[in-house]
Amino acid sequence: MPERSFVPSRGLVASLAVIALPLALALWASFAGETFYVTLATRIAILGLAATGLNLALGLGGLVSLGHAAFFGIGGYVAGIVASHAMEGTSVLGLPAISEMAYVWLLAAVAAGLFALVMGAISLRTSGVAFIMITLAFAQMIFYLAIAWPGYGGEDGLPITLRNGFFGLRTMRPMPFFLISFGALLFGLALFAVLKASRFGAALQAARQNGVRLASLGVEPFRIRLVAFVLSGMITALAGALYADLNRFVSPSMLSWHMSGELIVLVVLGGVGRLAGPLAGATLYVLLEHVLGGLTERWQFFLGLALLAVVLLGRGGLMSLLAPKGVRHG
Amino acid sequence: MSPALLVEQLLNGLQLGVMLFLMSAGLTLIFGVMGLINLAHGSFYMVGAFACAAIAAATGSFWAGLAASLAGAAAAGVLVEVAIIRRLYDRDHLDQVLATFALILIFSEGTRWLFGSFPLYLDIPPLLQWAATLPGGLQYPVYRLAVIGLGVAVALGLFLLISRTRLGMRIRAGENDREMIAALGVDIRRLNTIVFALGAALAGLAGATVGALQSVQVGMGEPVLILAFVVIVIGGIGSVRGALLGALLVGLVDTAGRFFLPRIAGLFVPPAEAGLVGSGIASMLIYVVMALILALRPKGLFASHA
Amino acid sequence: MKTTTAALTALALLTGLGAAAADPLKIGMITTLSGPGAGLGIDTRDGFMLAVKQSGVTDVEVLVEDDGQKPELAVQIADKMIQSEDVGVLTGIVFSNLLMAVAPSVTAQDKFYVSTNAAPAALAGKGCNPLYFNAAYQNDNLHEAMGEYANRDHKTMFIMAPNYPAGKDSLTGFKRYYKGEIAGELYTQVGQTDYAAEIAQIRASGADGAFVFLPGGMGIAFMKQYAQSGSTVPVMGPGFSFSQDVLGAIGQAALGVKNSGQWAKDLDNPASKQFLEAFQAEYNRLPSIYAVQAYDAAQLILSAHKTAEPSDTEAFRAALLKADIQSPRGKFSFNTNQHPIQDIYLTEVVDENGTLTNHIVEKIFSDHGDAYAAECQM
Repeated sequence: MPERSFVPSRGLVASLAVIALPLALALWASFAGETFYVTLATRIAILGLAATGLNLALGLGGLVSLGHAAFFGIGGYVAGIVASHAMEGTSVLGLPAISEMAYVWLLAAVAAGLFALVMGAISLRTSGVAFIMITLAFAQMIFYLAIAWPGYGGEDGLPITLRNGFFGLRTMRPMPFFLISFGALLFGLALFAVLKASRFGAALQAARQNGVRLASLGVEPFRIRLVAFVLSGMITALAGALYADLNRFVSPSMLSWHMSGELIVLVVLGGVGRLAGPLAGATLYVLLEHVLGGLTERWQFFLGLALLAVVLLGRGGLMSLLAPKGVRHG
Repeated sequence: MSPALLVEQLLNGLQLGVMLFLMSAGLTLIFGVMGLINLAHGSFYMVGAFACAAIAAATGSFWAGLAASLAGAAAAGVLVEVAIIRRLYDRDHLDQVLATFALILIFSEGTRWLFGSFPLYLDIPPLLQWAATLPGGLQYPVYRLAVIGLGVAVALGLFLLISRTRLGMRIRAGENDREMIAALGVDIRRLNTIVFALGAALAGLAGATVGALQSVQVGMGEPVLILAFVVIVIGGIGSVRGALLGALLVGLVDTAGRFFLPRIAGLFVPPAEAGLVGSGIASMLIYVVMALILALRPKGLFASHA
Repeated sequence: MKTTTAALTALALLTGLGAAAADPLKIGMITTLSGPGAGLGIDTRDGFMLAVKQSGVTDVEVLVEDDGQKPELAVQIADKMIQSEDVGVLTGIVFSNLLMAVAPSVTAQDKFYVSTNAAPAALAGKGCNPLYFNAAYQNDNLHEAMGEYANRDHKTMFIMAPNYPAGKDSLTGFKRYYKGEIAGELYTQVGQTDYAAEIAQIRASGADGAFVFLPGGMGIAFMKQYAQSGSTVPVMGPGFSFSQDVLGAIGQAALGVKNSGQWAKDLDNPASKQFLEAFQAEYNRLPSIYAVQAYDAAQLILSAHKTAEPSDTEAFRAALLKADIQSPRGKFSFNTNQHPIQDIYLTEVVDENGTLTNHIVEKIFSDHGDAYAAECQM
């Protein structure tokens, strides 16, 4: 008889390692005095969170959204707008402007959730390429709105003089801000894991594989997908709010279709539908960008080659290399 | 606002529409036949414009450049199809999005590597460098009229090709049932390559004709690509007829929006702000129209049977 | 030259982790070297490196990195340069929206920023900062000059710019000096490439002149389309729309167009001649105004470094304020908001043996500052 002790699966170990990586990087950098690498780890955590949001719609629901930059940007703009009104001591749409992250996140999630509801209600009537394109169209609307809207910097963007606060923590310092972002990432990952394992998650994945059969079982795929889409947008918006605070700046480029494309890249790079996939993708992408950008001004060319190689050779993304499918994964 | 000005805006809208048709025809064919979503289609537009500018500068002839744009973009299309795209047909849309996104990076940076970072010079041929007087005393650039003519000719040619030739028959068959035509002994791989090259060549042609009118620079294909996607989704993906109508609709709506909205806004807000508000809404207009159309007809105006 | 830059960058990367013993001056250049705006960044880098090379100083390192015209990336690079490579001065950003993202965060971390181009109103007035200098101009300046010029020959003007802050600054600047009638005022989409609808409106407006601010590819497209529209309304614009980097692509359509600038290649002073020759010898092309501005920015930083270190912010700032340089632009000094006071000229696009370039017609403003200096409290 084999021993009945707990043996963690290779997938779980790989997931934990990927999740621990930004934390390790930030801790090392903090002790070594390399402040910049704390910032880099923060960027990884935030982009990983944004892509985790997308992974909910894309990985579990099979909803290829090329419009998630809209949620990312809405989150960013909520953070920027609240911070700028808080500086001036004025209110936003009748709501008080409190420069406190928890409040900003709430507003960001609500704003993005409402937008996702409208966007999803219309977009989810389509499927396949039409869905990809209509989500893109919605994001483009917001993109052009942000450029044309005169109040908040337009094309030039909106600087955030002081990061929003977090219960008295000194958020302008890199390490506290990293810990906040990492905490948000853990929250996003936990939510993803819980949803994936829940009945809702099972129905969502069933809807992806065979919507007709699900409907015949009396479950409405449209509503399940809509809920997933809204949740997905809210998580990405939370990441957007953090990203704006990280850069102390928000601009329409957060809403551009390149951003939507990059979010998809992160998910596919890491592994679609895998818990730690988006984070693995974000880690690789940010490090590639950082290393290549330091080596050559033609870095985008080589980044393109690297991405192409991943698609053509490594099916299933990074997580499949670390823990091949079939093996139980976390 | 004189009738002549309205006619002029109508022609402008038509001209934008036929250019969009050249871009979207290839995109929609490629999707219809191969089920492939190609974000890098805008790169062929750029390749066409650069090939045209380079050859026109070397030979002094715009027409040689135009031929080069067709050949260059088609060659790039064949190369990309054989080396990369071919491996993506049986993958899901996600892999296709990622791979063609990577291709955009490679094409843009590669073009800059070859041609440098400054915009290239490409002017319209002297033959077409004048303004014609239309009935009603309207002055209109002949080149733009020629572009409209070219677009109409390509549209006609494409319809004849699809409805009357063996290749067209195979394309239609390929849209309907891929296994079937393979079973009938048609070399599906060759068909794919030909359709892909045809789509790339049309995009290259569009890039060259528009490049002469606008500016030949890296990244020029991306705004057009997004518009072309709007067109094919409005028209119904896979339908060339839908692409034509979608393109004309987008061209006319966009031009009308830019023309009328600042004036309409002027009724409500002071003139200095009217321009800002109006042009802001105008840039969102086609996306709003697209969302409305898809809300009413999720498969677009002319869904192909595929 | 590329290798020099690369070598400097590589050197910087190698020495970046441990502080070097002699503490050379580290300058971080973030500029646009890829994408549609790369031409401007390359001229910025090359102009800057020319001044560094000519100075012959050895205790200066310039780290150059590409921002890809993305604000987020620019912020990331700035953070890296400040936090991990310990640069004292940053410079090089071409576009206003990137500068707005980077400059406040640089000055908040007690580092200097010397702008080689972008000069949004927000950083010249209320948002001015002791550690932020602009070596180029204030965004409105060249538009103001065209407004002043338009007063002479034009009774009604049609004015047009892209719908973004620099575009609004442009038309505001023009109207600040233009006293005639405005026949029409139009904002176009950012990145728009087809101007048929706008050209029709210019013709229909009855204006006797058109002032158009459309930088980069937008201006190339507009000028080509305007030339074949049959319109006889003369077009004029700020120097950005007709600088050396785009003239070649516009071609003959630009010939004779009046525009404005703080420098043109025929400006008659020894520093200008020396700069022009050296730039052409080094890079085998004509410099644009962006190269001149970056050249001066480098001269300013190097001149201040003769007497002070950036870590001593008071002393370095005082040294910068002296503006002790030989600018190709001639007279150059700093205003109270640390933006230039300089002469601004009317220039005209001419064909010089087959190459299009700008020649000076006359001086429009002497010792011109900007409208925001009064709002700046430092």
